[in-house]
Amino acid sequence: MLYAFIATVLMALVTYLPRVLPIAVFRKEIKSTYIRSFLQYVPYAVLGALTFPDIFNSTSSYTTAVCGTIVALILAYREKSLFVVALGAILTVYVTGLFL
Amino acid sequence: MSKVLINRNDFIYGFKKGTPILLGYIPVAFTFGLMAVNGGLPPLMAVFISLSNLTSAGQFAGTNLIIEGAGYLEIALTTFVINIRYMLMSLSLSQKIDPKITLWQRLIFGFGITDETFSMASMEKGKLSYSYMLGLITGPIFGWSFGTALGAFTCSALPQSLSNAMGIALFAMFIAIIVPPSKKSRPILMIVLISVTINLALKHIPIFSFISSGFRVIISTILGAGIGAALWPAKEENGIVKED
Repeated sequence: MLYAFIATVLMALVTYLPRVLPIAVFRKEIKSTYIRSFLQYVPYAVLGALTFPDIFNSTSSYTTAVCGTIVALILAYREKSLFVVALGAILTVYVTGLFL
Repeated sequence: MSKVLINRNDFIYGFKKGTPILLGYIPVAFTFGLMAVNGGLPPLMAVFISLSNLTSAGQFAGTNLIIEGAGYLEIALTTFVINIRYMLMSLSLSQKIDPKITLWQRLIFGFGITDETFSMASMEKGKLSYSYMLGLITGPIFGWSFGTALGAFTCSALPQSLSNAMGIALFAMFIAIIVPPSKKSRPILMIVLISVTINLALKHIPIFSFISSGFRVIISTILGAGIGAALWPAKEENGIVKED
């Protein structure tokens, strides 16, 4: 388990550094409208790319994943909380999986 | 260092904002705990990973590599590449926080920057205080570790069909974050679509197949946000970007 421990510490390090380096080092206000806009748009671009298309391979079958995705999209469109959206998607995948 | 004193109201307000994230993390972390223990890691190791890493995609990928017995360099590099996006978020937050926040305070709350806490923080109006940031990250840190422990210790009791279904939890949470702003702002919707399209293209066009999934996400993000910023310069500093 020493191997897993060392690997975990390494992972923690390469996760912590990108989080704190910019915020610790960079103190000036960015004037450029372009860069400011870019930074505001980052979270949406990154979460979109993380989700699609990987979500379709996240369960044991493509069909159940598509059903779960549709339910998640509908719940999110109705502005339900993270918890409700996550739970709704899980239950949908589970229930549709029973029929396959 | 009297400035280290925490403003209670800000902390409580931040904590309230973090509560939906806390709840959302539980099923996702549960899935992680399940996966790690099914892969042969001891439950406490799974909890230690969640507590020390506090990240979703990077930690899932890294733990899979540990289970496969991969080398340290590969584990560190893969996790790092998936996490490079935090640099963009951290840089973005550096513009949003109270400039008076000290280095030590930045090093402390910086640990809690995740996709979700970042999204929540950037949607706030005005400058963010240290106390707000601490409050915001406290619940999610707890939820992530607690959910992992639940998954890790109840692992064997759960039917396979249910644990398979939980694989979607992480992605459903991402959808819950990006859909409401996309509904309200045309530029944000377009940026999400551009980023996803580029990601799909890089994944499926054979000449790009040498690009790993972590780098694909980075390229899609930079192009998506870069094109978006050129086409729709944002006027407001708040997370909800107003159209021109």
